[in-house]
Amino acid sequence: MTITYREALRQGLREALAGDPRVFLVGEDVGRYGGTYAVSKGLLEEFGPERVRDAPLSELAFVGAGIGAALGGMKPIVEVMTVNFSLLPLDQIVNTAAILRHMSGGQFAVPLVIRMATGAGRQLAAQHSHSFEGWYAHVPGLKIVAPATIDDAHGMLGAALAEDNPVLVFEYPALFETAGDLSSTPVDIAHAAVRRQGTRVTIVAYGGCVPKALSAAEKLAAEGINAEVVDLRVLRPLDMDTVLASVRKTRRAVIVDEGWRSGSLSAEIVARIMEQAFYDLDAPVARVCREEVPIPYPKHLEEAALPQPEKIVAAARGLFQ
Amino acid sequence: MSHAASAPPSGPVPFARENSLKLLKDMLRIRRMEEKCAELYGAAKIRGFLHLYIGEEAVATGAMHALARGDNVVATYREHGHALLKGVPMERIMAEMFGKKEGCSRGRGGSMHLFDAHARFYGGNAIVGGGLPLAVGFALAAKLRGEERLTACFFGEGAMAEGAFHESVNLAALWKLPVAFFCENNLYAMGTAIERSESQTDLAVKAASYGIEAFAVDGMDVVACYEGARRARERVMAGGGPVFVEFRTYRFRAHSMFDPELYREKAEVEEWKKRGPIHTFTARLKEQGHLTEERFLDIDSQVAAEVERAVAFAEAGDWEPVEDLTKDVYAP
Ligand SMILES: Cc1ncc(C[n+]2csc(CCOP(=O)(O)OP(=O)(O)O)c2C)c(N)n1
Ligand SMILES: [Mg+2]
Repeated sequence: MTITYREALRQGLREALAGDPRVFLVGEDVGRYGGTYAVSKGLLEEFGPERVRDAPLSELAFVGAGIGAALGGMKPIVEVMTVNFSLLPLDQIVNTAAILRHMSGGQFAVPLVIRMATGAGRQLAAQHSHSFEGWYAHVPGLKIVAPATIDDAHGMLGAALAEDNPVLVFEYPALFETAGDLSSTPVDIAHAAVRRQGTRVTIVAYGGCVPKALSAAEKLAAEGINAEVVDLRVLRPLDMDTVLASVRKTRRAVIVDEGWRSGSLSAEIVARIMEQAFYDLDAPVARVCREEVPIPYPKHLEEAALPQPEKIVAAARGLFQ
Repeated sequence: MSHAASAPPSGPVPFARENSLKLLKDMLRIRRMEEKCAELYGAAKIRGFLHLYIGEEAVATGAMHALARGDNVVATYREHGHALLKGVPMERIMAEMFGKKEGCSRGRGGSMHLFDAHARFYGGNAIVGGGLPLAVGFALAAKLRGEERLTACFFGEGAMAEGAFHESVNLAALWKLPVAFFCENNLYAMGTAIERSESQTDLAVKAASYGIEAFAVDGMDVVACYEGARRARERVMAGGGPVFVEFRTYRFRAHSMFDPELYREKAEVEEWKKRGPIHTFTARLKEQGHLTEERFLDIDSQVAAEVERAVAFAEAGDWEPVEDLTKDVYAP
């Protein structure tokens, strides 16, 4: 069945709501508005206002309430409209959801899923274009997932709910219109995935940059460089086995990260490759990240600030010089 | 809270004729500028998010006329009108929306991030509630520096559910700061109607709980908006601390250009349009003999010419070169 990434997300939500009476969806404009990105469109009509619950502009309160409800026996799916606004409930996410289990001596797990849209590329300017997946991946106690395919958009939510611990699901508006076949194979949220087999360089990417990495790999193939593309899928905990197996095979790596370079997830991956596969490398590891600038509004500047297939190609090519 | 529109504003306008005509012209400047923006959005000249103020013009117009030149203004992403009337030239606003470097924020901000240090217009904030603490700080600076300066902070009723509102009003009240909190209650925050976002829908009652003066005015009546803002300014400048004003208004257009408007009835919008700030004010002025149709058309064509000039200026502008991408980044 061919569906869009957006429909796959909606289908995942629908199945979660239908499958467990403890599950409910809460967030700004998830109901009557039809979902900011129309992801939850129709779910209010299907499941009613108790289970598809519109919340006021009170991110700190409704994310915190999601944690409380999870502790109280429910399985909330909290939607924070975009990662940009997740800076308001950051305290609840980090200071409560992430650490409670350990801090309480293992008494309280928080079976909570927080979904949010992330990323740039739509000329929404600095305050609406952040990529903070890497920040969240810094925090022990949270699992961070980044669906880049139709199957993952559909299946990662259910897998996240099954964890019975806090999982953050990052959704990519840049991919919402992409369409593809939905398979019936269940997805895990433990492993990275090789999206393209290759032999000479490994391109590691996640989320909205995965299609860019694949497109770069096609361009590189035309130049005779056969690139392997690894989709991280899970940003915490990192599946380094898959990354390292690929790097050991290709002996070269480019890490693509839509976040800023300094202190980024890409930096962590490079460090781990250095720690664990240094002697298997034929060239220094390269990175393609967001330029260290708040995202500007004009198209040409925004494009210049973000990872692009051409930049990935150039970085990969540079490893052979 | 009822969404029903009450009777349209009526009766003679208690201002000198030329002052009334200035108010009318300024409302028209916002309206025509934004109608053009909507058109340009369709033509893909303006991109990203675009939040129109159409229907709400009386609020910014009345309020800005009550402010002094040296006052500070902090606003939201629905701020084109506020910027314009605070003194940001229309051509620089338009160039900003095009993303050209002649724009008031060098083209980097677009519609949601208009800034102009000279006009003391401090954004242009796309995080709901984000401007409130900033406004409190501006007021604190003015107080500490002994300056005779009000800070006016505009925000939607949706922002009143955020912690930032409560923390900011409390602080401003506690420290008796010269800030006016101007709430533009258009009954909706995106698709969320006020009765689903506020446990107390009488917003002045809510604000008054911080021990400050708070009152509501008809936000579709530019006379009431002006008088409300003037009264607020007087009280604040007398040193008693902040004042809160709820402007009861309505947005005629969608929240942004992406909004399918599933959450409200067309009939409700039509009812509110009968209270439209521009045509009701025009009718009142005509009725009292302060305005003829010819004069109206004359004003409207002056405004149209200003809009045309602004668009031409924006069209003729340049793109910021890519080499300047990280210019102005502190500690890159
Ligand atoms: C902290 C935060 N949460 C959510 C949003 C998304 N958002 C943008 S505008 C808006 C509605 C705001 O409504 P209101 O404050 O009433 O202002 P209005 O748009 O009606 O002028 C929402 C939810 C945001 N920009 N910032
Ligand atoms: Mg509103």
